[in-house]
Amino acid sequence: MSSTLLERVWVAPDTLPTLTLKEWELVLGQARQARLIARLATHFLDRGWMSDVPDGPRRHLASALRLAERQQHEVRWEVDCLCRALRPIEGPVVLLKGAAYLMADFSTARGRLFADIDLMVPKPQIDAVEGALFAAGWICDEQDAYNQRYYREWMHEIPPLRHVQRNSYIDLHHTITPPTSRFHVDGAFLCSRVQPLNGYPGLFVLAPADMVLHSAVHLFQEGEFGHGLRDLLDLQDLLKQFSWQPKFWPSLLERAQELDLGIPLYHAIFHITRLWGNPVPEPLRTGIEAMGPSTLARLLMAWMLGLALKPDHPSCDTRWTGLARWMLYVRSHALRMPMRLVVPHLLRKAWMQRFPETKST
Amino acid sequence: MILADLSHAVMRQRLCGTGLVLKIGPFAFRIISPIPSLHADLAVLYADYPLLSDDQFVDFTVTIASGTGWHRWFHRQAVFCFDGSDIFVPLPQDHAFPLLEWAMNWCISMHAHQYLLLHSAVIERNGCAVIMPAPPGSGKSTLCAGLVHRGWRLLSDELALISLTDASISPLGRPISLKNQSVDVIRNYVPKAVLSKLVRETSKGSVSLLKVPTEHLRRIDEVARPRWVIFPKYVAQSSAQLTPRSKANSMLELGRNSFNYMVLGHTGFNVLSQVIDACDCYDFEYSQLDDAVAVFDALAKQKVRA
Repeated sequence: MSSTLLERVWVAPDTLPTLTLKEWELVLGQARQARLIARLATHFLDRGWMSDVPDGPRRHLASALRLAERQQHEVRWEVDCLCRALRPIEGPVVLLKGAAYLMADFSTARGRLFADIDLMVPKPQIDAVEGALFAAGWICDEQDAYNQRYYREWMHEIPPLRHVQRNSYIDLHHTITPPTSRFHVDGAFLCSRVQPLNGYPGLFVLAPADMVLHSAVHLFQEGEFGHGLRDLLDLQDLLKQFSWQPKFWPSLLERAQELDLGIPLYHAIFHITRLWGNPVPEPLRTGIEAMGPSTLARLLMAWMLGLALKPDHPSCDTRWTGLARWMLYVRSHALRMPMRLVVPHLLRKAWMQRFPETKST
Repeated sequence: MILADLSHAVMRQRLCGTGLVLKIGPFAFRIISPIPSLHADLAVLYADYPLLSDDQFVDFTVTIASGTGWHRWFHRQAVFCFDGSDIFVPLPQDHAFPLLEWAMNWCISMHAHQYLLLHSAVIERNGCAVIMPAPPGSGKSTLCAGLVHRGWRLLSDELALISLTDASISPLGRPISLKNQSVDVIRNYVPKAVLSKLVRETSKGSVSLLKVPTEHLRRIDEVARPRWVIFPKYVAQSSAQLTPRSKANSMLELGRNSFNYMVLGHTGFNVLSQVIDACDCYDFEYSQLDDAVAVFDALAKQKVRA
């Protein structure tokens, strides 16, 4: 399977890519679709290569940098606000994914673009946290009773909360996977190992191993792969960064087994290795291999993910891309919920889409 | 080479194939569309724009595709795709040309953060620019169209592109979007006006686009200095009148009318301050274009700032 221009940028990260203007157009389009354009820009900026980029593409990179810089500034401000709003809450408030990487100053946050802030709190605290966020201006826009019930009964998060003035979004979770999921994780397990965030009393981030496992399970349980490549790069960066901690790798394997997340970790490492080289220390390779699914499942997943992780850009599509994305979408639903729940749910959603209810008063 | 130098057949072939690449203001656009009504209007309104060769960098590839849903069998649609994603809701196919214009505006306002972008018309005389921000329905485009046919040069009808380094304004030079009654007003006021086919029942009412005078396109690289900020408002039966407006309030209003003031943060604030410092700010009421032209001409004669 040939790799795309964008994937190749990170194959030899310390070699200046030589791109024709036409290739620049493609790589910028792919990066926009994968939400990696500002990350691509920081890749060039951090290596002192901006002056090597031709004027046209350089303007687009510089423009993306401005956007990322502003969004990160805003996320820091939002985290400040929610830290204040949640001060009375008992128990940990955990930042997840992008906001966690940014606030903990991880390298993978460089050039990251944001759409929302992900939070996790212990399940018994959900109502109190939702109330405190409401008091600070975050409201739930979801009006539909079925969707409300779907989220609150079957999902690991409540419907998105929007700030009435600033229109910032918070996704409030009580664990990292749906309770009905094949890969169900008890949020209390994760909360027991969280690490405090310096300078933000009451705010925490996941433990390193849990952070990696969350990123892996998120990537391979999602039905949509718009952010797939970005999530994979996140994982690669996290692994690199945590590798410096002694005992990180053994603890990752141990934790993967404990939380039963060996399969997503296996897939993640398979694709990082395929695209950018092996990140795993030699003695632990067999341990990771052993976590994988059956041979048939490995081959099928390798093929489907190989296609689906490419940027969702016409220049990356093959005749099979649509099928692979569709199969993964179906798979994601099968993983999230047992059939007896997912079939009525999808039928109901299809009905709701086809015949939108007129607003009742 | 300009678009008018291409035969219709070659133009159509490019639009239906790998795309037609035009230099539009400071940007290079690749336009792809199989829709014949779009071809016809594009050939007329963009006749004088430079064609770029295939080895030059293109900023934005805009595809106005024919809808592929089951709708197509009884209701043909036009869809704007960018990087393979559908951006707006599909529109009836005869809206294709205005959709192309909106799509180009979207590309610039979402991505061109090398400029402070204001939602505003900009015209120029003697190197001095008038920035005219205004909500829809205020008669901004009508006024702009009238003035650019009476001695003022068009920089843009929709988007002010303000440099982040020296606050100069770059011309975008795209057709002026006229809506509803203003189409006939301009047809009467500028008998030689070249307009695109009128499209009815768009979200903005009836829309027709007015071609930019050729001599303005020849000066497309000439930037202008901001000199006036004027908030126009059409008021029936009013006499044309400028009323001074506070700089502080004008700055707030311009910030609100910007697409990326928030994205640019501190830089945006500094550039906008520079603009406001350099400008006299006014509210402007008018009902007759001739009276408006007289007021603007008097303004242009004030050589030096008081």
